[in-house]
Amino acid sequence: MNKKIIRILLLVSLIFLASTLILPLWDIAIFAPQYPEGLNLQIWLNKISGDLNNINILNHYVGMKAITPSDIPELVYFPKLIAGILVVGAVALAWPHLVSIGLYFLSFAAFSLFALYDFWKWEYDYGHNLSPDAPIKVPGMSYQPPLFGSETLLNISIYSYPAIGGWLMMVSFLAVLYVLYLRAKELWG
Amino acid sequence: MKINNKTMVTVAVGIGFAASMFACTPKKPSSAGGASVSKNAAEKVYVAPGKHDEFYSFLSGGFSGQLAVYGLPSGRLLRVIPVYSVNPENGYGFTEETKKMLNTSHGFVPWDDSHHPQLSLTDGKVDGRYVYINANNTPRIAKIDLKTFKTTEIIEIPNSGGNHGSPYLTENTEYLIASTRFSIPLPNKDVALDKMKEEVKGTISFIKFGKEEKMEVAFQLLVPGIDYDLASCGKGMSHGYCFLTSYNSEKASTLIEINASKNDKDLLAIVNWKKAEECVAAGKAKTVDGQHVHNELNEATHTATSTTIEKVKMLDIKDCDGVLYYAPVAKSPHGADVDPSGQYIIAGGKLAAQITAYDFNKIVKAIEDKKFSGDYDGVKVLDYESVLAGEVKKPCLGPLHTEFDGKGNAYTSCFVSSEVVKWKLGTWEVVDRIPTYYSLGHIMIPGSGSKQPWGKYLLAMNKITKDRYLPVGPELPQSAQLIDISGDKMEMLLDFPTVGEPHYAVGFEASLIKDKVKKIYTLEDNKHPFVARGEKEARVVREGNVVHVYGTAIRSHFMPDNIEGIKVGDTVYFHVTNLEQDWDIAHGFSIIGANTSELLLMPGETSTFKWTPSKPGIYPFYCTDFCSALHQEMQGYIRVSAPGSSTPLKFNQGK
Repeated sequence: MNKKIIRILLLVSLIFLASTLILPLWDIAIFAPQYPEGLNLQIWLNKISGDLNNINILNHYVGMKAITPSDIPELVYFPKLIAGILVVGAVALAWPHLVSIGLYFLSFAAFSLFALYDFWKWEYDYGHNLSPDAPIKVPGMSYQPPLFGSETLLNISIYSYPAIGGWLMMVSFLAVLYVLYLRAKELWG
Repeated sequence: MKINNKTMVTVAVGIGFAASMFACTPKKPSSAGGASVSKNAAEKVYVAPGKHDEFYSFLSGGFSGQLAVYGLPSGRLLRVIPVYSVNPENGYGFTEETKKMLNTSHGFVPWDDSHHPQLSLTDGKVDGRYVYINANNTPRIAKIDLKTFKTTEIIEIPNSGGNHGSPYLTENTEYLIASTRFSIPLPNKDVALDKMKEEVKGTISFIKFGKEEKMEVAFQLLVPGIDYDLASCGKGMSHGYCFLTSYNSEKASTLIEINASKNDKDLLAIVNWKKAEECVAAGKAKTVDGQHVHNELNEATHTATSTTIEKVKMLDIKDCDGVLYYAPVAKSPHGADVDPSGQYIIAGGKLAAQITAYDFNKIVKAIEDKKFSGDYDGVKVLDYESVLAGEVKKPCLGPLHTEFDGKGNAYTSCFVSSEVVKWKLGTWEVVDRIPTYYSLGHIMIPGSGSKQPWGKYLLAMNKITKDRYLPVGPELPQSAQLIDISGDKMEMLLDFPTVGEPHYAVGFEASLIKDKVKKIYTLEDNKHPFVARGEKEARVVREGNVVHVYGTAIRSHFMPDNIEGIKVGDTVYFHVTNLEQDWDIAHGFSIIGANTSELLLMPGETSTFKWTPSKPGIYPFYCTDFCSALHQEMQGYIRVSAPGSSTPLKFNQGK
């Protein structure tokens, strides 16, 4: 019985994880008085969509670098890493042993930790490395967007939350975690 | 690069919570667009049919080159006055009488960018005689007569690279001042652009407003070549001085956005114009080249004349000690606004999030005590602390322009944060703020530039409307928003779309002029050279290839209404006089194939339409302004014959 549940959960995990290849992971929304309709950025594994151009135009006032997707290597190698994790997950589905499931979990967790750190690091650089030539300089001000949640920078409210792909990825991860727990319990009681 | 994934966060909290997070995904903040308009706001702006608004307001049309008249509090558009733009609605700039109003030293310029209306003052108070407005692009100042709401005088400003900071008035309208926005070589000449820094100069022009109420360029000050911006002249204790903000103290000439934003402080120019007058009187000014055109509309002849003036008096500030000082001002300032008492001069730093108040008494004392912190291009810079009255700290983002209610409060518009901030003169404390929608530029409190503001309403003029109105394509209207400032809390009452860009505005209580507005032009006083004061004077006169029609219009016919003997190759002038002598009975005139515009004729007015028929045939003409029950019947015919044909010249009516 457990075996069946484990297989189903692993299958769900794989499908949800695979969906991140075609669904947006993260939403960043920006509101300012003159942008009542908001500006939105959607981050996918392999691209950034939304009002990137307008956001770059706004950000130049305070000296933030332009976001140029072609300069972001993560957009190229993150899909490959996810593909690799999916292969490990497929092995676990075919051979649901503690070892294979553990490998799937570890690779997934390692990727997640790294991606979060990478995201934060990137936001930090983006918000702190300002051009000394910026037309508007506010002493002591940095513009790091929030990793998760909302924040107000000058007159701009920034909301940063997972998009559908991000939520599915979390469910996928929880499913693996639960499978790992079931498997471990089965082995060690 | 916001690659990420949030996994770890929810691992700890569980799927249940994760699901609830969907509720927190980005949503439009509830404040945006949701101006809290109180339930009785509509009552406060409602002006019942047949009732008049309490205030006149004059909003510049910015790039439309016009001036729009709105009633407040209703926001009703009453009139669009063409100033620098040709206007087919009434023939301004098209008719033979008004074409000359748009003459410049560059030829006919039928457009401009008009920014800052200002009201004539007597003893520092609004007197309701004239509105003046600048032309930013091709430097000019226009005078609009508030008896007729017509543009009656335009003077070009010589030796100016752009007339933005203009036309600011001294307290008895002794002078209108106009400063150069783009500093250029003076005299202008061919200079390599990367050598500009050494060559550029600026001018501050003093336009005298003589007894005959005609404008003339009395003298110009030759000043350092930075970009001068807005200004105010002193009143009361500070009468005799004008204050101008400036930017680009870096004197950059390329990528100004970055290169003129490097210095932490810019310069406030403090001009002692009484001193300048003395120096000019003492013969210290030089007469230099300064070709400029002066255009006037004569009320008796209904006709504009254009005069070209070649020279101008120029006073180099180096030749007149004490005429110009600078004071440091927060980065990239815009407005320089003197409070009603004349004591405080307020300037906001657009890029500094700070508002500075200077104390006029301290300025005088600092000059006496020689409290200088340096000099700029040979001009002494006053020590900032020595002239400072106070700073409003972190009031908002992008403070632009300050107006006063006459009750000790100042109101500053903030562009970046789209809000009006109310603060107290003397304590410099922010006491209230209200959001505007969106990207607020200038604000207007009726009479604020004078000693006696009517501190009841504040009008905010916004650049962006986005979701405020029904969409009308990529170009949206700009807007004005009326805010009640009579109580402790500012209250949004109304917003209405505007004509062009409502760049700046002035206003005053309507009772000041509403009974003085002209109703008709008296026919007997009509001195137009081609007037026909009655139908008996109507006639057609040929002078070679030129034909003059002395025509008349009255309900509901033209005289003559049948004309024969016009030939292809003729130039025909229809001089049409409206014989009506009753208020609001206007007639129009136009003809098929007209290459100019219609005429719009006020009672007792004569206006001229130039016509050059290109083909033989019968040409109808008609009245374009719905004048009476038989308006549709107000029409006539002209017969045009081939060149060289022998059709005799004939005209008649009612045969």
